[in-house]
Amino acid sequence: MVNDSKSYWSSKLLALREQNSVNNRAYEEWKKKTLEPWNGGNSSGGREFVNSSGISLKEVYTPDDIPKDTDRRLLGMPGEYPFTRGVYPNMYRGRRWTMRMFSGFGTPEDTNRRLKYLIKHGESGLSIAFDMPTLYGFDCDNTRADGEIGKCGVNVSSLRDMEVIFKGIDLSQVSTSMTINAPAAILTAMYIAVGKKKNIPVADLAGTVQADILKEYIAQKEWIYPPEAHLRLIRDMMVYCTENMPKWNYISISGYHIREAGSSAVQELAFTLADGFHYVEMGQAAGLDVDDFAPRLSFFFNSSINFFEEIAKMRAARRIWATVLREKYGVKKTRSLLLRFHTQTSGYTLTWQQPLNNIVRTTIEGMAAVLGGTQSLHTNSYDEAWALPSEDAVKIALRTQQIISEETGIPDVIDPLGGSYYVEWLTNKLEEEAYRYFEEIERMGGILEAVKAGYLQKEIAATSYRRQIRLEEGKEVMVGVNKNVEEGEQPISILRISKKAQKQQLDRLKEVKSDRNEKKVIEALDDLEKAMRKENENTMPYILKAVEAYATLEEISNVGRKVFGSWKEPVIV
Amino acid sequence: MDPGKNQSLFKDKPIKILLAKPGIDGHDRGILVLAKAFRDAGMEVIYVGLLPTPEEVVDTAINEDVDVVALSLLNGAHMTVFKKVADLMREKGVRDIAIVGGGTIPDADKPKLEKLGITGNYGPGTPIAEIINHITERAAEIRKLKATGE
Repeated sequence: MVNDSKSYWSSKLLALREQNSVNNRAYEEWKKKTLEPWNGGNSSGGREFVNSSGISLKEVYTPDDIPKDTDRRLLGMPGEYPFTRGVYPNMYRGRRWTMRMFSGFGTPEDTNRRLKYLIKHGESGLSIAFDMPTLYGFDCDNTRADGEIGKCGVNVSSLRDMEVIFKGIDLSQVSTSMTINAPAAILTAMYIAVGKKKNIPVADLAGTVQADILKEYIAQKEWIYPPEAHLRLIRDMMVYCTENMPKWNYISISGYHIREAGSSAVQELAFTLADGFHYVEMGQAAGLDVDDFAPRLSFFFNSSINFFEEIAKMRAARRIWATVLREKYGVKKTRSLLLRFHTQTSGYTLTWQQPLNNIVRTTIEGMAAVLGGTQSLHTNSYDEAWALPSEDAVKIALRTQQIISEETGIPDVIDPLGGSYYVEWLTNKLEEEAYRYFEEIERMGGILEAVKAGYLQKEIAATSYRRQIRLEEGKEVMVGVNKNVEEGEQPISILRISKKAQKQQLDRLKEVKSDRNEKKVIEALDDLEKAMRKENENTMPYILKAVEAYATLEEISNVGRKVFGSWKEPVIV
Repeated sequence: MDPGKNQSLFKDKPIKILLAKPGIDGHDRGILVLAKAFRDAGMEVIYVGLLPTPEEVVDTAINEDVDVVALSLLNGAHMTVFKKVADLMREKGVRDIAIVGGGTIPDADKPKLEKLGITGNYGPGTPIAEIINHITERAAEIRKLKATGE
């Protein structure tokens, strides 16, 4: 019986510890009888084998390492609870993953051309990267934005820019993913407005905005206001989209950036799901039925270089999400239990040195994502440690996915690693470690408090530092960086964003400002301010109105800055 | 180089360094690692967090009387933003603070940054020891300049 004084997380953790306690007798006997004599009395051969999550690995795993009822209780069949083996019964036989290459740079015209290029080469979903000023809610004419326009993605200062990005692209035929967080509601509103101008009903627009603001405070650090304010705006967007946009995934709960910021696989798993649980609670608190909105939540994971650990992480994620949504949040419909996710291969593992090696790293990481059951995939280009990718490099990255899909036979059978003693043991172990974090986060008063205290940020920084020291000491290896180093490498040719992008954006913004009806802009911004000040008013229609009046990204963001203030991060070093 | 030879310069007062990401860039993995590493190496480290303007960086460097300002950007804006910091230093007549850089800086940009007095300009995969050696060297120059010039 569950002890009432214990929280859900504590009880689950206890149960998992019990489940994962291993009878090691046969292994110990083998080690003594066969392995140690072979190794000359030394069982490990002197090296330490540990994965990114700090979990020590044995030489070999056996049936003793996994519970007897693994098949029935922990796995189930594909498309069946708890979905460890995959969210759909037919997986890639039904439909291949979506090959979704993140793109966006320079001017809206440059990005429009790149999107059309990718569509021509077989890409099946669009994915837009924005530049830093856009991500932080600054227009291109802000002096802070000088030198940054179009550098890390495309610049969007007003609706006019979005009109250019999607020029000649039929929005009823594509799904568009936008990597935007703090200003997510504004960019969603701009997308709706572009659709309206093309006479596409808002209900037909398909896509995703990232809008996972919690991980911004944890890892990516692209915030504008304090967390409560952003969460409120995301709540408004959730409610609006639940009612009006059935094909719009309004939060992509992202572990990718948590991992890139230096976390381990298990930290990525735990912090991402903890964020997800918070959004579920937020939707419930806003009066939405969890079965109405949970199917719109999707996930975004990193696929890093430790092959089996990544696969186990993705399998554990599916099981944890389904289990917790059913047991803790009372979800009834199967659709709501499915953890669907996008994967991007790891940028951090790419090296500046001997860049062609990155093609190999990306291939291995892409394979892990497919073996982990991803719904869509971005493969990085080999030149991305240097700059945004060139066209040729992007094409190789896309071809990498096409080769995995068409030539290798990997997608032919669902969850082919299911039942591997090692992979099942590792899946269980990562699951247990994730619950340890859930319990810890609860002890801190919930994820919001943990974030504000800088707890998660410190955990990630500590892991990242440890890893760096291990690299410096040669305990971990990056080929070409701290081993197999080559002297006198020649620089590769990379994509350069010319200053022309900035000039062009500045000219267009000036034009937008002189063309628009100033009175309408002021009125729309005033109305938005009033809506923002009323906690229970949904701001989404007001943002849409401001966008359509060609109020700029920064003007709209400034209304929030006035009402909510700016965020100052906790000191973590 | 041998970091030991400058040790006496820092015996009473460790190297004081300001770490900053001027401009609009949230990629702070590298700078957080370096902040810890520099501290472990005995430096006095100031990190001002994200989104300072070049003006704020220069003012903080002057007010805190640091030996070195270490700038990091991974957003491609280094040629504009690093230059602004260097220009502001020059405009304010500051000569006794060294500027070093790092991030995703293409090889072709490095000589241009050096010309502005911004040295190092290390990319991903650089051993921390190499960075610390360089900073120690630059800080030693500054200390010698202060000892003789003032």
